[in-house]
Amino acid sequence: MSHGYLSPTGLEIAFVLIGLVTLGSGLLVVTVKNLVHAALWLLVCMGSIAVEYLLLTAELLAWIQVLIYAGAIIVLFLFGLMLTRAPIGPTEELNVRHRWPALIVGLGAAGTLVTVIVQAYQHTWFDPRGAVPLGSGEALGTQLFKYWVLPFEVLSVLLLAALVGAIVLSRRGRDTEEAEA
Amino acid sequence: MNPDNYLYLSAILFTLGALGVLIRRNAIVVFMCIELMLNAANLAFVTFSRMHGALDGQVIAFFTMVVAAAEVVVGLAIIISVFRTRRSASVDDANLLKY
Repeated sequence: MSHGYLSPTGLEIAFVLIGLVTLGSGLLVVTVKNLVHAALWLLVCMGSIAVEYLLLTAELLAWIQVLIYAGAIIVLFLFGLMLTRAPIGPTEELNVRHRWPALIVGLGAAGTLVTVIVQAYQHTWFDPRGAVPLGSGEALGTQLFKYWVLPFEVLSVLLLAALVGAIVLSRRGRDTEEAEA
Repeated sequence: MNPDNYLYLSAILFTLGALGVLIRRNAIVVFMCIELMLNAANLAFVTFSRMHGALDGQVIAFFTMVVAAAEVVVGLAIIISVFRTRRSASVDDANLLKY
């Protein structure tokens, strides 16, 4: 079934390299001062997470990640930045008073999560790639429509509700038009 | 390969997203950091799916993506309607429920 595209060692090297890209671009999303650049670094981060999905044999999910996140959501974010007239160029927005408490909270959360992972999974190993089902479109579709039909249908209702909600929220009401006139 | 490494990546990415939510002021960038956290959770789900040899984790990650897309649409509509009334997209300025 799945022979993989890479040898086991190649997989580990690819994981380390892509992981460094993911972490670096994630750090830049949080720290870069130019707002549009933050959105573009988020694009790099989403793309590298898609490659990580490929390494984990989740092929369909990697494509969905590229289509939904890199394709649609980033474009929405860029539109949002432009519609709210985000300042072009560096901003003062990182000069917040609570920067150090936030950093301590972040480090504490990271330490806790990493400790839990070390305790829980240090003796677990992945099965070889050939032994696990591949997340291809066929396999994932079978799983989805065999066991997860009800959540799938509920999600379609959620999407409809989000569509209607977004139209209602962003429509200019009569009172705001009068206020602006 | 040890699944630890993927989980470390996911945990650190989640923390980065949380840090961004805490220190950023622009509402849209706060939103981007929330997406970063959702992606980290998805990565953990896919890792667990690989670890147990079952596809359920991937199905849940797929559902999370759909919910995230819906959330972004509604969230951006809210941010833009706040911007219309207050002329600012900063989370510090939106301090009243009704304007």
